Amino acid sequence: MTSSKWMQVDQMAVANIEVSETPLVLYALRRADDALILGHRLSEWCGHAPAMEEDMALANMGLDLLGQARELYTYAAKVEGRGNDEDKFAYLRDVRQYRNLLLVEQPNGDFARTMVRQFFYAAFADLYWRAMMASSDPTFAAIAAKSEKESAYHLRHSSEWIVRLGDGTEESHRRAQNAIDDLWAYTGEMFAVDDGERGLIDAGIAIDPATLKSRWLKTITGIVDEATLALPKSDWMQQGGRVGSHSEHLGHLLSELQSLQRTFPGATW
Amino acid sequence: MYTQALNSSDGDDRGVEDVARASQFQARIDADERIEPNDWMPAAYRKTLTRQISQHAHSEIVGMLPEGNWITRAPSLRRKAALLAKVQDECGHGLYLYAAAETLGTSREELVDAMLSGKAKYSSIFNYPTLTWADIGTIGWLVDGAAIMNQIPLCRCSYGPYARAMIRVCKEESFHQRQGFEIMVTLCRGTAEQKAMAQNALDRWWWPVLMMFGPPDQVSQHSDTSTKWKIKRFSNDELRQKFIDATVPQAEFLGLTIPDPGMKQNENGNWVHSPIDWDEFKQVLAGNGPCNRDRLAARRKAHEEGAWVREAAMAYAEKRKSRQLAQAAE
Repeated sequence: MTSSKWMQVDQMAVANIEVSETPLVLYALRRADDALILGHRLSEWCGHAPAMEEDMALANMGLDLLGQARELYTYAAKVEGRGNDEDKFAYLRDVRQYRNLLLVEQPNGDFARTMVRQFFYAAFADLYWRAMMASSDPTFAAIAAKSEKESAYHLRHSSEWIVRLGDGTEESHRRAQNAIDDLWAYTGEMFAVDDGERGLIDAGIAIDPATLKSRWLKTITGIVDEATLALPKSDWMQQGGRVGSHSEHLGHLLSELQSLQRTFPGATW
Repeated sequence: MYTQALNSSDGDDRGVEDVARASQFQARIDADERIEPNDWMPAAYRKTLTRQISQHAHSEIVGMLPEGNWITRAPSLRRKAALLAKVQDECGHGLYLYAAAETLGTSREELVDAMLSGKAKYSSIFNYPTLTWADIGTIGWLVDGAAIMNQIPLCRCSYGPYARAMIRVCKEESFHQRQGFEIMVTLCRGTAEQKAMAQNALDRWWWPVLMMFGPPDQVSQHSDTSTKWKIKRFSNDELRQKFIDATVPQAEFLGLTIPDPGMKQNENGNWVHSPIDWDEFKQVLAGNGPCNRDRLAARRKAHEEGAWVREAAMAYAEKRKSRQLAQAAE
């Protein structure tokens, strides 16, 4: 970038940052965005949960995810090496630059929907981070070691709720089943791999998520059965989050998340 | 129930009060002994503490709302995590305090219902809106600062469960207070707009924060007996004065102006504030503050919309219990 272009960016500091999405930067950003957006969604519950104990638990999970996001953004910034940082990645990229799964940006809806979303994601994240502990990249391996413990708790907590809701009252069963039906189509994206990621998998930096799918399905099926719920027959899966083709929901989330940074360009908070 | 079981051996303390027991009780208080849930206590002591501890718990829970208003808009990831953790701490304080109140014989459900119906009070400060990010700094700095002034003496309160709860709560509150002050420092060292935002927040919060210490000593209803029972160790005005004297140099450090042009330092070094608008305080207490309706509506909405979740959890627990019983019978 020429110096005159830098000046231009500086004068209009509300503009989006540019990101050099090498395969490794993109890989870290995708996981960071998953964690940030899901953590943000959980934080929307704070003060409004069905019980005080659940306010505590939702905030706990949100905080874990925010922590994961910060470490992953910081690593992406280091690998990228062009002066971006966790806040620039979070606050100065627009919808088309966000790389998270469609699943995590889906609105909270009722408590059943929030828990089903958490359950689908945590059942994946639990396996994913455990496998990533063997990454040849020491930073990823370290982040994975911490995230694995957190994800295991998220999976346990959300599984318990799926069972309670599914096998609770007629109303809770209906709500949980609706949530499963509505969110199912967003689960396939977790297992998709593009060419850039294939290279990282071959290099031992990343793991192939396809290898986790049967175990993920086994976990999901076990809990869903115990909850007297059912998985949809449809295998049509929505995709696009990884390349910035999001649902309409993400733009609203970002306009809230980014409002201060966009309103007061360049300020330190 | 848990709370009744605790007091089952001494269930007669709500009836005619035994003069000998009452004087023994007072002697224990005078000797700085801690009163514990199973101990005999005058009905009025029980009632006073139930009211105070549950109001305190309600304040923590309602207090999640004004700050929660900024979690999704916090201006950096570090601030976002700190604020979410802080509001979570407040929820934890609420739970802890409801548990302390339950040891006096009233269930959390009853206490919460009294708050939702508008019968029980919570701190009037939470009926003011958080309009800018500087309000989050100001709440940490001043509201938590005032809360600490009020709560540190409560760590020595005569009722054991409340005193112990306060020790833990105060540790976390002082952390929150430092966080809030640090937000203010950052704003005051920032752009002119940020500094103006900080001053504006101080202008709006200053007087309501002074009201947090309660009515002036001459008109305070509960102070005399509360002092005798060592629930309260300093008067409202004493605590208010301590708070002001501690805060003035902090505002100076920030380069902010306390919105009381008439405030003067007396010969003892105390800062003497101008008269407080107690009509505003009464209006807010009466339900006419800027956010009273919103706060209660938000709590009621969470409670009502969560009803099916709580019912499901109960129904599932029942089903599981009867299945286990059936299995055991086989």
